[in-house]
Amino acid sequence: MAKNEIKYLTAIKQEKPKKKFCRFKKYGIKYVDYKDTDFLKKFLNEQGKMLPRRLSGNSLKYQRKVADAIKRSRQMAMLPYVTDLFK
Amino acid sequence: MSTGKNQLFNQKIQVMNNYELMVIFTPVLSEEDFKSTQKKYQDFIKENGGSTVASNPWGLKSLAYPIDKKTTGIYWILEFTAPATVNEKLKIQFLRDEQIMRHMITKLDKYAVEYNHIKRNGGFPVHKAVEA
Repeated sequence: MAKNEIKYLTAIKQEKPKKKFCRFKKYGIKYVDYKDTDFLKKFLNEQGKMLPRRLSGNSLKYQRKVADAIKRSRQMAMLPYVTDLFK
Repeated sequence: MSTGKNQLFNQKIQVMNNYELMVIFTPVLSEEDFKSTQKKYQDFIKENGGSTVASNPWGLKSLAYPIDKKTTGIYWILEFTAPATVNEKLKIQFLRDEQIMRHMITKLDKYAVEYNHIKRNGGFPVHKAVEA
């Protein structure tokens, strides 16, 4: 057995995961349009639920605006409240 | 009751706001009725001291979930500027109107006005750069 050889049970992660960013801040989007459903769909999962900030990477300010836009869109029947196999 | 000076003061106080209206009409509405109702509400806003900025009839669209047992609706979007008192009056009119399934009035902030203005005049500068 060679000296100074440390064995791990699982491989160590070499690459750091890519840091998430707020796309609104990065691209300078100031207004979230509730009529643009294709854009809002990026922030929904398959059941039509909103994604958390943890996954979408939005800053708090814009997550709130996205949430408002999605809720407006739902009220006007442009997005569903509940579905299956959305997208 | 109020003197001339007071009236002047009241007029000055009236602040104009930017609003966006979205209405879903019943799908059974004919094309002519659709146009006439659009005009009716635009005139109503004008009578109450507002003015229309842009009118955008989307036409027949399928709904994400049924409203009043209907799966389609006729969408109409109107951007207008008006004093805040108009909205309550408009709301009463909408609720009385049987052809309207649902309506929503949203107040636009300065970024929203800018966004709508750019969108109306042919897309964003970013998209233009891609095309050229």
